Amino acid sequence: MNEAIKTNNISKTYPGVLANSNVSITINESSIHAVVGENGAGKSTLMKILYGMIKPDSGNIEIFDNSVSISSPKEAINLGIGMVHQHFMLAKNLTVLENIILGIDRASLKNLGLNKYKKQIQDVMKTYSLDIDLNMFVDELSVGEKQRVEIIKVLFRGAKILILDEPTAVLVPQEVKELFKNLEDLKNNGVTIIFISHKLDEVLEIADEISVMRSGKLIDTVTNKNVSKTDLAEMMIGKSLPTPPPRTTKTKQNIVLDVKDITSKTIDGREVFNNISFNVFESEILGIAGVEGNGQKEVVEAIIGIDDIESGEIHFGGNNIKNQSTRERLESGISFIPEDRQLQAMIMDMNLTNNVIIGRQNIEKYKSNFATVKTKNAVKESEKIISLFDVKTPNTSTLATALSGGNQQKFVVGRELEDDPGLLIASQPTRGIDIGAQALIWDKLRESRDEGLAVLLISADLEELIGLSDRIIVFYQGKLVKELKSDNVSPEDLGGYMTGLKK
Amino acid sequence: MKLRLRIASLSAPLIALAISFGLSSLILLFIGKDPVETFQIMFEYGTKGKSIVSIINRSIPLYISAIAVAVGFKMGLFNIGVEGQYLMGSLIAAFVGSQFSIITPIHILFIILIAVSSSALWAAIAGYLKVKKGIHEVISTIMLNYIGTGLISYSLTNIFDEPGSDYELPRTPELPESGKMPPLNNLFNLEDLQDLHGFVFVAIIVGIFYYWLVWKTTLGFDLRITGSNPVAAKFSGINPNRLIVVAMVTSGGFAGLVGLGPLLGYFHRFTIDFPTGLGFAGIGVALLGRNHPFGMAVGALLFAFLERSSQILDLNDVPKEIEQMMQAFILLIVVVFYEIIRRFIVKQQIKDASKKVET
Repeated sequence: MNEAIKTNNISKTYPGVLANSNVSITINESSIHAVVGENGAGKSTLMKILYGMIKPDSGNIEIFDNSVSISSPKEAINLGIGMVHQHFMLAKNLTVLENIILGIDRASLKNLGLNKYKKQIQDVMKTYSLDIDLNMFVDELSVGEKQRVEIIKVLFRGAKILILDEPTAVLVPQEVKELFKNLEDLKNNGVTIIFISHKLDEVLEIADEISVMRSGKLIDTVTNKNVSKTDLAEMMIGKSLPTPPPRTTKTKQNIVLDVKDITSKTIDGREVFNNISFNVFESEILGIAGVEGNGQKEVVEAIIGIDDIESGEIHFGGNNIKNQSTRERLESGISFIPEDRQLQAMIMDMNLTNNVIIGRQNIEKYKSNFATVKTKNAVKESEKIISLFDVKTPNTSTLATALSGGNQQKFVVGRELEDDPGLLIASQPTRGIDIGAQALIWDKLRESRDEGLAVLLISADLEELIGLSDRIIVFYQGKLVKELKSDNVSPEDLGGYMTGLKK
Repeated sequence: MKLRLRIASLSAPLIALAISFGLSSLILLFIGKDPVETFQIMFEYGTKGKSIVSIINRSIPLYISAIAVAVGFKMGLFNIGVEGQYLMGSLIAAFVGSQFSIITPIHILFIILIAVSSSALWAAIAGYLKVKKGIHEVISTIMLNYIGTGLISYSLTNIFDEPGSDYELPRTPELPESGKMPPLNNLFNLEDLQDLHGFVFVAIIVGIFYYWLVWKTTLGFDLRITGSNPVAAKFSGINPNRLIVVAMVTSGGFAGLVGLGPLLGYFHRFTIDFPTGLGFAGIGVALLGRNHPFGMAVGALLFAFLERSSQILDLNDVPKEIEQMMQAFILLIVVVFYEIIRRFIVKQQIKDASKKVET
């Protein structure tokens, strides 16, 4: 069998994060090759490197046995590599035909020659047995059809290698079936398909070969004949859990956060989460497990008050906070580490002194009687956080953007822990940061818990979740499906509940 | 910030100024005029005592208008409607102020309050539309400018026109003596020059107040973080809708002061030839001064200087439109250089921070 793509020791580092570490992967021609791994395992980085969106720090790539360097998506397309993104790149007020030829010609005043292209596109569609009405407006298409337009678009540009980034994430089951049929047809016509996913069932259904990535490394590539879902999950998550020091303190009986029967729907009536109830006790870390998109993020935003809930109640420290604003909730003692520090937690073009005030603008510590900001206190506080949380920065007037990811995150965690909250909600607190910063944050979270803090921890990193939590609740399709004690749970079990395999 | 970074950030407008002088020189050469001589004439004329007074008078409304725009800019809100807002406020204040007479300071304070509140109210419409109906403020403020212009000409003719006046054009009644702001010429011994508007003091106070509001208060902090990162601002507990209305009303309030320099100091009534365009000019000044109270003061003075000194050019057979081109060059180039300098500063800081990590 010929090799379509071969990478040798690809590595890519972002400040403070090793996104790809010596990845050597071989993808055979005319096969469906799945790349699986948890969020942050390095799948997307690798694909972006293959598609020329980012440059690797080291390593080389061979396409059909030729050594190449791919510095832009345009070059990737010329080499026969096409990518279908998770979020479609279509102009919805143009027809399918117009979308497919969009960007093919250089802009000029000459006639588009739609009919000429129409014929060529129809040939492509025939070759690969893909069917769509070229005259429809993209606006009128279903999600599955839009995806097909993207695939035709890429094939029409001459792609022989197709990268699909989590193609099933947006599809309903029937559409998934149809997509898989299309992919089989493509394969039989000589197209090589790279299929990125974290849904193991689908991967086992469609792929010929499966590569598993974890923490930036390629763990193994296996053929789909002699592998089970459990094997894959094990490779994905890792067997060996770090053994945290045994807990010496005990969870107290006072309920800090009491979530009662909360439900939320989107405007078009789709359920986001349904009848969720749970408690977080004093001196406890409650973990929330769930594959991304199963409602856990929305529950957190409802507790913070960013999103409204349709029904149910949320009590914090005995008070119903359902009708309070986000600001009131934060000021009453809820601290929040959002999942995306750069987008949600910090102002990147402001210095650390200003960033320490974010979320605390109106408390007495930072607001004088004349409604002015008490800068001196902010300087003091940020100096304190810098030293307690080992934030590596020249001084407090350094812009947040100048810090590495790990140092930014340490600063955010410090800010949220240092004003003695009653409840901490930590969403992906160590995502994408170096191991040193991760260990420090874990220690600080445990320390605070032992001192009585109630923590709600959301993490895609199951080792982190099991290692830190006292109890774990599992979300699946917007429902709370399972509650577990963390001292006798394995990542495999947890994975089973998260994917709906176990009940 | 380190000294060298401060110097770097100051260099952008200077470089822009130098380049735009260069480009204007090229154009002058192209039309067969001597650039050195032209700039010399402009400089000589622009630094005469009479010119200086005129430049200061002219820069007062420019400066305040820039501040009105900058309040919105600071939170990422584009109030293009300062134009309509100040004209609306000036008309209403001119009319109401002409209806009674009390002692001067109170009368003037009253006129200021009327202007500020009517302009703020007019601006609040755009805030309301954005929050409740999702209409982008650029669209609504531009539309409100047109509506405002129409309303002003209608009401000036039909409601606020001076009764029994034999003047052909509509105009509000003149402010009584108590409502006129005295010039400052006596204070500075400028007897033989034209009137230096007393409103210059208000402009200075407005500048200081703006600085305090945006850089020192919690409200200003909320404005600034919403401007740089609306998502993080929301997660920090800020109610964006409330802040949009507050910012729009504040911006409109400042806009209310724009027309008062000319009104209280010179025109003493609202007429058809009351100065227009100050609201749009303010956008340029805010951009040039980077929303900073000191930067905008320099920008307003610079633009006022260019406008004044170019008046002499026609007499010397040089088209005075060269001045408008210079203004445009400066604005275009300064935007580019601000961005270059900003990137340079971020790079320097990243370098410093990674040095720290290594040690």
